[in-house]
Amino acid sequence: MTSYFPLILGMALATYLPRVLPLMTLSNKNLSNKTRVFLQFIPYTSLSILIVRGILTSDIKLPALAGILTAGLLSYWKGNAILSVFGGILVSYLILSWI
Amino acid sequence: MENKTLKDNIKEGFVASLPIVIGYFPIAIAFGLMAKNISLTIWDTSLLSILVYAGASQFMALELILAGVSPLNIVIATFLLNIRHMMMTASLSVEFENIPRKSLPIIGFGITDETFSVISFNKDKINLPYVSIICLLSYLSWVAGTVIGYGVGEILPESLQTSLSIGLYAMFAALLFPEFKNSNKTLLIALIAAAIYIIIYYTNILNSGWDIIAAIVLSSWIGVLVFAKNEEVRN
Repeated sequence: MTSYFPLILGMALATYLPRVLPLMTLSNKNLSNKTRVFLQFIPYTSLSILIVRGILTSDIKLPALAGILTAGLLSYWKGNAILSVFGGILVSYLILSWI
Repeated sequence: MENKTLKDNIKEGFVASLPIVIGYFPIAIAFGLMAKNISLTIWDTSLLSILVYAGASQFMALELILAGVSPLNIVIATFLLNIRHMMMTASLSVEFENIPRKSLPIIGFGITDETFSVISFNKDKINLPYVSIICLLSYLSWVAGTVIGYGVGEILPESLQTSLSIGLYAMFAALLFPEFKNSNKTLLIALIAAAIYIIIYYTNILNSGWDIIAAIVLSSWIGVLVFAKNEEVRN
C-alpha cells in the first residue's frame, strides 16, 4: 500500500459520517413542527449559499455569474434543467473566449 | 396514489440523474488530471474518488498535500467542509419515510450537494429505486471520470475545462430558480441566505466549512422565525 492510504481512509470517514448519521438517527415522528420547517428550508438556503460561494471563489467570477444566471433563468422560463445547464456553460465559455 | 412500476421509478431516476452525471464527468476528469500532475498514483487517485466521493474535499486535499499539510489536518479540514452534509441529510431524513432503514447506510454514502438537490426538489418521487439510481449513476460518473482524467485528461482544451467547472453551479441554479414560482417565501429565504453568506465571506469571521454551516443554520432559522406560523413550506 502507498503512504496515502491512511489519509484516504480518514477522509472517507470524515465524509461518510456527516452524510449517514442524521439519516440513521432522525425521523419525522419525533420532530417538532418548527424543526420540520427549519429542515424544509435547508434545500433553498444551502443551494443559494453554494451558488454564491461558487461565484465568489471562482477564478472566472464574471463568466461564472453570467453562466449561472443564464442557467437559472432558462430553467425558470423553459423548465428544462439539462438544456439550461448547457446554455449556462455555453454563455460562460463564450464570455471566456472573448475576454 | 399512482401506480408506478419499478421500471417507471428507475426511468425517472435515470432522467433526474442526467444533469449530475453530465456535470460530474468533466469535473472528475479535471480531478484525475490534477492528481496525476502532483504525482499521485492512479491507485490513490481512484481510491479517493471511490472511497471519499466528495468533489470539493478531494480538490482541497490535493492542494493541501501539495502544500505539505499533515494528513490529520487534511482529515479535519475534510470533516469541516463536509459538516454541511449533516444539514442536508437531516433535511432528507424527514422525506425518506418510505425508504427502508437498512438501505440508509448505503444511500447516505451517495448523498452529495448535487444528489441532495435533485432529490430534495423532487420530493413527490422519492422511493428506494428512484433515489438509488440517482446516487449510483452519479457515483459511477465521478469514478469513471476520475480514472479517464488520469489516463487521457490532457486532451480537453483549458478554456473548455474552465467553463465546464461552472456546470454544477449552473445545475444548482437550474434546480433552485423554478422553485421561486411556487412561493415567494423560497425566493426571500434564498436571498437572505445569499446575503448572510456574502457578509460572512467578506468579513472573514469564519473559516472555510464553518462559513457554509453558519450561513445555512442562520438563514434557515430566520426563515422559521419569519414564516413558521404552524405551516409547512410545501404540501
